[in-house]
Amino acid sequence: MQGNQAGQTDELVLSVENLHIEFPIYKGAVKALNGVTLQVAAGEIVGLVGESGSGKSVCAMMGMRLIPSDSYRVTRGTIRQSGKDILALSEKEMRAIRGSEVSMIFQEPMTALNPVMKVGKQIINVILQHQSISRAKAREKTLGLLREMYIADPERVFDSYPFELSGGMRQRIMIALAFSCEPKLLIADEPTTALDVTVQKQVLLLLRERARKTGTAILLITHDMAVVSQFCERVYVMYAGAVVEDGLTRDVIKQPRHPYTQGLLAGLPENVKPGTPLKTIGGQVPDLAQLPACCSFMNRCGRKEYICRNVPDLLPLTSDPSHKVACWIVQEEDERNAR
Amino acid sequence: MRAMVASLKHRSSYFWYQLRRSPMTMIGLGIIIFMCLSALLAPVLAPYNPDVINLRARLQAPSMAHFFGTDEVGRDIFSRVLYGGQQSIGVGLFVAFVASFIGTIIGCFSGIFGKWVDTIIMRIMDVMLSIPSLVLTMALAAALGPSLFNAMLAITLVRIPYYVRLARGQTLGIREMVYVKAAQTFGASRRHIVQWHVIRNALPPIIVQTTLDIGNAILMAAALGFIGLGAQQPTAEWGAMVSAGRNFLIDQWWYSTFPGLAILITAIGFNLLGDGMRDMLDPKQKVK
Amino acid sequence: MPDNRLVSLNDVHVHFPVQKNWLGQVKSIAHVLNGIDLHASAGETLGIVGESGCGKSTLAQVLMGLLPPTRGKVSWHTASAKPNIQIVFQDPQSSLDPRLPVWKVITEPIHVQGGHSRAQLRKIAGDLAVQVGLREEYMDRYPHEFSGGQRQRIAIARALAPNPDIIVLDEPTSALDISVQAQILNLLNDLQKARNLSYILISHNVSVIKHMSKRMAVMYLGQIVELGPTAGVLQKPAHPYTELLLEAVPDMTGSFTMNGPVDLPELPGNRHLPRGCFFYDRCRYRDETGCHLAQPLRSLDAEQKIRWVRCYKNIYENSIRAESTETSV
Repeated sequence: MQGNQAGQTDELVLSVENLHIEFPIYKGAVKALNGVTLQVAAGEIVGLVGESGSGKSVCAMMGMRLIPSDSYRVTRGTIRQSGKDILALSEKEMRAIRGSEVSMIFQEPMTALNPVMKVGKQIINVILQHQSISRAKAREKTLGLLREMYIADPERVFDSYPFELSGGMRQRIMIALAFSCEPKLLIADEPTTALDVTVQKQVLLLLRERARKTGTAILLITHDMAVVSQFCERVYVMYAGAVVEDGLTRDVIKQPRHPYTQGLLAGLPENVKPGTPLKTIGGQVPDLAQLPACCSFMNRCGRKEYICRNVPDLLPLTSDPSHKVACWIVQEEDERNAR
Repeated sequence: MRAMVASLKHRSSYFWYQLRRSPMTMIGLGIIIFMCLSALLAPVLAPYNPDVINLRARLQAPSMAHFFGTDEVGRDIFSRVLYGGQQSIGVGLFVAFVASFIGTIIGCFSGIFGKWVDTIIMRIMDVMLSIPSLVLTMALAAALGPSLFNAMLAITLVRIPYYVRLARGQTLGIREMVYVKAAQTFGASRRHIVQWHVIRNALPPIIVQTTLDIGNAILMAAALGFIGLGAQQPTAEWGAMVSAGRNFLIDQWWYSTFPGLAILITAIGFNLLGDGMRDMLDPKQKVK
Repeated sequence: MPDNRLVSLNDVHVHFPVQKNWLGQVKSIAHVLNGIDLHASAGETLGIVGESGCGKSTLAQVLMGLLPPTRGKVSWHTASAKPNIQIVFQDPQSSLDPRLPVWKVITEPIHVQGGHSRAQLRKIAGDLAVQVGLREEYMDRYPHEFSGGQRQRIAIARALAPNPDIIVLDEPTSALDISVQAQILNLLNDLQKARNLSYILISHNVSVIKHMSKRMAVMYLGQIVELGPTAGVLQKPAHPYTELLLEAVPDMTGSFTMNGPVDLPELPGNRHLPRGCFFYDRCRYRDETGCHLAQPLRSLDAEQKIRWVRCYKNIYENSIRAESTETSV
């Protein structure tokens, strides 16, 4: 899927343009997002990778405008879903979209499910919220959904409470809930981080299968590069609230261009011989409340030059326009090599 | 050393920031400071000696000479309210701090030891808690004999079970924390765990409860004084004054009203502060 | 092979009663550990891999002395025959008391044993902080003033305070970012070399195990199903569960797709243990002949006895494997 050219906006299920968001706090503001540009086209599976403080969770929450609007300020940029500017919508309009056009699954399914309500009832409620069908029909649909989740005994699970089910099972319920109204976009915020690796594989395969069936696009947010490499067609790498690199997964992982991405991948145990020291990135993530007005990676980068005092733009490489990097030095080098 | 001071300064300035964000808490704090200061400075602020009888100035309405009027033996009510603050607020503070101190210690150890120690202590507390607190306090105060000190003792004793239960509940939660399990892996004794981990982590809700209790204790002392079990005449104590003013309510409204207002305002002040502290100490609201 | 074993576990079982009827009689039992045979030696890292329900946390508790085994023995071969073992927990946030200053957190293990003055403890805390890469000046701060990686360093400093022989690392980097994980793993390796420490590394992250441990064990339902040198186990798994586990690990160096069956039976609970091989329900090589018998741990190499597997089929010899994912050494 050749996604992210400046395509027609109505083909883009999610389009975030240069989004800047800050959270006012005691003595100042935390600049959580500093220029996030990303697009998800219909039916794509896109990854969003970053560490803590990178802003990926804020992005996820903003995808459905789940953050209470009086706690943040959008200083620049837009978020559009299928062309609609969701920052301009009222809460009522957002509620109509949530669940039907966009849905979300979280890391901890236990906290996302109502612990005192049976699982089947919860799914039915979501369906009935967005579709006017009879209760009996909704129940049938739910059982069908559970069967599609490869749950062997759907009637039993329908009548269970969340605590009676295992973590993997609960995540499948979450997926069933998320797909119940066949949304255009599914935002998955670290859906498998808390799961065992065998369960993780099943859940991811299930997600992919369902998404292909309903034509849903998936935005997968994670810190696990290996999952991204196996699951996502394209990936965005975030650092200090901005996208620093994006492109096709195999390009970004096999040939990372941004110094941060390079550092991140070089530090993985898979990439060195056992027992030898892992390559680390010196320094620390900048304090988002006091973000300097230069490249946010500058203080940890091995290659600093004068031009880095300007915040880099996310620009396509001359040699490969589908691969974008936010680094002046890399851009210049690439341009020179391409000539 | 410098780091410690810097960290303290940062935390106290953050504390004031949190305080400023909640106007109600600031009001509560302001009320308390005002009332405490006026009680402490009563010898300076009171225009008259509170016990001096002046039969020629009986039951006078509030005026420039007597801001709150006079009582049936001519004593200046304003002065008596000021001095009364020492009694009432003093009782409140004593009760709240002593009850919370004793109750917390019992509750923490009960929670840590568990098993039959815990069962016995909690059943005793259950018995005490099953009797309505006002009734129990009155009964105890009556049994001990009418005096302000006995009233204080009775109120304190009856409040202790609440703290035992609160502290024990906190302890049971803290016991399961990973850092307590870590302490167990280095062979820490139960006493060490209570001293190092339980008490300091259990404190926030206990602090909130203590602050709220100061207001409640003042009310309770006033209630006892009202029925004649607390402070005895001629001691100026708000509850006793309200009680004495009962007979004069219709024509001399000022007698009961001003001491009553003092009780009301002080209790509100402590309640506002207590509520505010609960919000501040709530970890879910922690902003770094 | 020099035998500098520090601790051995022999046929350790741990059972808990989980339900008692109104008469106090036990109705059901959780069989958390069902026959563990392990040892750890000085200067080396033993990796333990397993999924939830395999009993690895309980194993950590048994090693730490928090839980006595219901059956079997834990033997210590240290100089004093007493355990000198410390633990670093998974979550640096909850394993440090948020209301203690960091120097107290670090020196708590030695304070508990007594014999040090306050000033001495502060000095020790400062020295340990430097050894784990923290600054001495920060010792008066509180844990929440540090980042996740720094908190884990504090936890490591605390584990080092009583000069242990063995440190149990229970998912030490699972709650950390990958860039921080690299720093912590480097630190752990450096400390091991400097102090000849033995580590028991419990992790679900196979690449971390591969990087850190010379030997590894795979646990399933309270048993060790495979044990041996890490390279051997990962390249040529001899137990079907190990194979299943390795196939599920997303691999960055291999092909970029994920294929496989979506449905799989769930992990059985530990209330009612299966009669024969514990892995029977989920095993793709199961047959009706030998798999109904309880499988003991067999040695795959008669002389050296370092490679063990709990399956009589020995699948890697017969090369029956579904889809290979080569993990390069």
